[in-house]
Amino acid sequence: MYHFIEKEIRSTQGNVTSQALIENVSRRSFLGGVLKTSGVVLALQVVPGGAAGAFESYPTGAAGMPRGVVNDPHVFVAIDADGVVTIVAHRSEMGTGAKTSLPMVVADEMEADWSQVRVIQAPGDEPRYGNQDTDGSRSVRHFLQPMRECGAAMRYMLESAAAAKWGVDRSLCKAKLHHVVLLEKGKTAGEMVETKTQLGFGELAAAAMSQPVPSRDKLAFKQPKDFRYIGKGTTPIVDLHGITVGTAQYGADVRVPGMKYAVIARPPVVGGKVKKYDATAALKVPGVEAVHEIEGHAPPAKFLPLGGIAVVARSTYAAMQGRDALVIEWEDGPHAGYNSAAFREEMTATAAKPGKVIRNQGDPDAAFAGAAEVFTADYHQSHVAQASMEPPVALARISDGKIEVWAPAQSPYGAREDIAKALDVPIETVTVHVTLLGGGFGRKSKCDYMIEAVQLSKKLGGTPVMLQWTRDDDLRHAFYHTTSVERIEAALDKAGKVVGWRHRTVAPSILSTFAADSGYQFHIEYGMGFADMPFEIPNIRCENGQAFAHTRIGWFRSVSNIPRAFAVQSFVAELAHKLGRDPKDLLIELIGSDRKIDPKSSGMPEDFWNYGEPYAEFPIDTARLKNVVEVAAEKAGWGKKLPPKQGLGIAVHRSFVSYVAMAVRVEIDANGIIRVPEVTAAIDCGFYINPERIRSQIEGAAVMGMSTALYSGITFKDGQVEQSNFSDFEVARMSNFPQKVNVHIIEPTSPSHHATGVGEPGVPPFAPALCNAIFAATGKRLRSLPTGEKLDA
Amino acid sequence: MLTLTVNGQERQFDGDPNTPLLWFVRDELGLTGTKFGCGAGLCGACTVHLDGVAVRGCLTTISEANGKSVTTIEGLSPDGNHVVQKAWRQLNVPQCGYCQAGQIMQAASLLTKNQAPSDAEIVDEMAGNICRCGCYQRIHAAVRLAAGGV
Repeated sequence: MYHFIEKEIRSTQGNVTSQALIENVSRRSFLGGVLKTSGVVLALQVVPGGAAGAFESYPTGAAGMPRGVVNDPHVFVAIDADGVVTIVAHRSEMGTGAKTSLPMVVADEMEADWSQVRVIQAPGDEPRYGNQDTDGSRSVRHFLQPMRECGAAMRYMLESAAAAKWGVDRSLCKAKLHHVVLLEKGKTAGEMVETKTQLGFGELAAAAMSQPVPSRDKLAFKQPKDFRYIGKGTTPIVDLHGITVGTAQYGADVRVPGMKYAVIARPPVVGGKVKKYDATAALKVPGVEAVHEIEGHAPPAKFLPLGGIAVVARSTYAAMQGRDALVIEWEDGPHAGYNSAAFREEMTATAAKPGKVIRNQGDPDAAFAGAAEVFTADYHQSHVAQASMEPPVALARISDGKIEVWAPAQSPYGAREDIAKALDVPIETVTVHVTLLGGGFGRKSKCDYMIEAVQLSKKLGGTPVMLQWTRDDDLRHAFYHTTSVERIEAALDKAGKVVGWRHRTVAPSILSTFAADSGYQFHIEYGMGFADMPFEIPNIRCENGQAFAHTRIGWFRSVSNIPRAFAVQSFVAELAHKLGRDPKDLLIELIGSDRKIDPKSSGMPEDFWNYGEPYAEFPIDTARLKNVVEVAAEKAGWGKKLPPKQGLGIAVHRSFVSYVAMAVRVEIDANGIIRVPEVTAAIDCGFYINPERIRSQIEGAAVMGMSTALYSGITFKDGQVEQSNFSDFEVARMSNFPQKVNVHIIEPTSPSHHATGVGEPGVPPFAPALCNAIFAATGKRLRSLPTGEKLDA
Repeated sequence: MLTLTVNGQERQFDGDPNTPLLWFVRDELGLTGTKFGCGAGLCGACTVHLDGVAVRGCLTTISEANGKSVTTIEGLSPDGNHVVQKAWRQLNVPQCGYCQAGQIMQAASLLTKNQAPSDAEIVDEMAGNICRCGCYQRIHAAVRLAAGGV
């Protein structure tokens, strides 16, 4: 989300969104004007109804993102004389389907035939394409509107070109599946019928592309009933064939003449340095050509490399052999004392004491002082590595003062900025080509591996070099999902009603990667399932206790929402058990009345972070939150009697402005292994484009949720990561995974249900739903992730 | 000098005989469909066929492949329409796609030796192949679909 964190940090009030809005509005320009290559934010130029009244423009957080959005058809669409329509995908493809979904929106609005559409991936160039930072579950959320506008404008231009050719008014020209058809008056008044006269998009290409781009108020948008692709789920991802035959190109698959291969030995402790090294044996390995030291940077270093010793060779294998032969003496630096077990104890102790108040509603002190009983529980989570199947990798070369990089990059323009800064060169001299990403999960929006490749190429006089991370590198030198203790306390009155809620979060902050570490988290982390807690409880306090980072903290798919959903949703079920209530009923009761929560009267912080979205358009809507709970519960058969050793657990969480509930059915097998025969998920992500990819994302989120819940933990001993490969950093495999994930997508019932996030929101509810199910099956409560796959007898 | 057949073509190699097949096909032959995932036989991204049987390319040395026939994802089918590839497309299995070549090679190997695998046999065969995107539900279904003929 978060490549723009530096900018966020500079903002004193977290008010960056409105600042950027003003900036964009002040230089806004309608597309019909002079800007042919770089249209600017139309999303804000609200012209209610447009021509057709079908699609009303609404503001999104896109305007607050660096370089906002662009909707100029000249930037995104090209039509060849043979009718092939080329559409640019400017967001990175890491498995969510964004490379298909957004161009599909353009194609649908412009009436292109998808079978004649070719999608190409843009390089990192935000001034041209708008924001490209592919994380925060934002691609569709922010670019649905500009892509519709782009497609509708292209359709208008095609119809205008046909009108000119036929010498008729544009109203008599109608784009229809890759053609423009001439209309004539029908028999009844006002009726228009199609004639046999038509021109193909190819025949109109040159004329259409030279038409002026219409302004937003001239655009007519398709009615949902006329969509060919949007909402259908019948369009496979564009790389499907290539993936199945081995031609799809990922980071390590790029080949350029004369390229070398390299790996780097990095300091085992963050902030450590090379004291001395001996490369004699490494240089004797056949194929090894050079050994270079890479400069390191102690935290906070944003995405600058950790440093170390690079081995360059004629093949990846030789480079790895060379690295094994290096003799390096490291100086560990200040973080050599980082031990996960001790750190957990520290965090737990901190969570037992008052912290910095982030949210205060009502009078929680009085509520707790006057409580008949206080119920308390602590929840812990280990660090996690993203561990995408494709480890970080980048190819870089420098020639004639031009730096060229090919990489699986979530934020290719952010990478360009950072490379330019690290090398102290103008950004115009840096090109970042985007390959497919073999998974990202947040790791690949940090461009340290690209900077390493460029620095190494520079040391080699510009020679192209493929810098490959091994799995060991990936797990030992990640930007880790934070480790945390979340402590929740409920004040109960005599009737067992929750009258007070206190939540303390203690976790090293992502901010420590960017700025001097205060030990406190910041508004983005507070906004993820903590300060935005949606329960209708009169007295609420959210506090943050200090925890200092001793490794690089980064973001992992759904970020702080994982520990917060785990804590809050486990706690509700625990409370229900204590009170002898049904956990789902208590959950619904705590969410309370149907309302859009008012952040101000709820005591939420002034800089309350709503995933960067304008709150009025994307409020916390408790009716929608409850609805996904009810749908998941009903479809899962909540309340039905299950066989022994089985249990059903439920959890709900709003994140990335979407609502997801999961009901997980657990079965403890004869060997005590926790198994998940079925998951029932309900997602309300508003207006949706590609239900097939939404289902696949939620299926995958359940698997990643299971990995995080049962298997995957990164621990430190003496500052070093203890795990090194999939043998000790385990992830869910086919031998134990959520076997059947039923996904129910909620149909939007109001035009105000805008498209919201899909990639991340499926992860947070899984772990608490699972642990609630385990409790239901066995009476055993698990409060620390990962739990291990085997339940102790 | 080592000699082996890769996707029906005879290839020779005079480098380090301990070079894993993975790096030979990728870095020497430019067959980049076979992926690097863990380097330790733990994830299956590098799965290729050695004389028709799935092996891990990162653990199998080129000397072990001497005189034998290697098939990579590029050589699985002349037109990309192996029954497993078709099933994968029919069920929209991949998300990021990185592990899928290995998954497909593993599944194809299974179906060669067992044309009607049970659910449990599919799990046994495929459990060595990690998919971090979590496509297992569809992978399992696609293997079953392929076994039934597509």
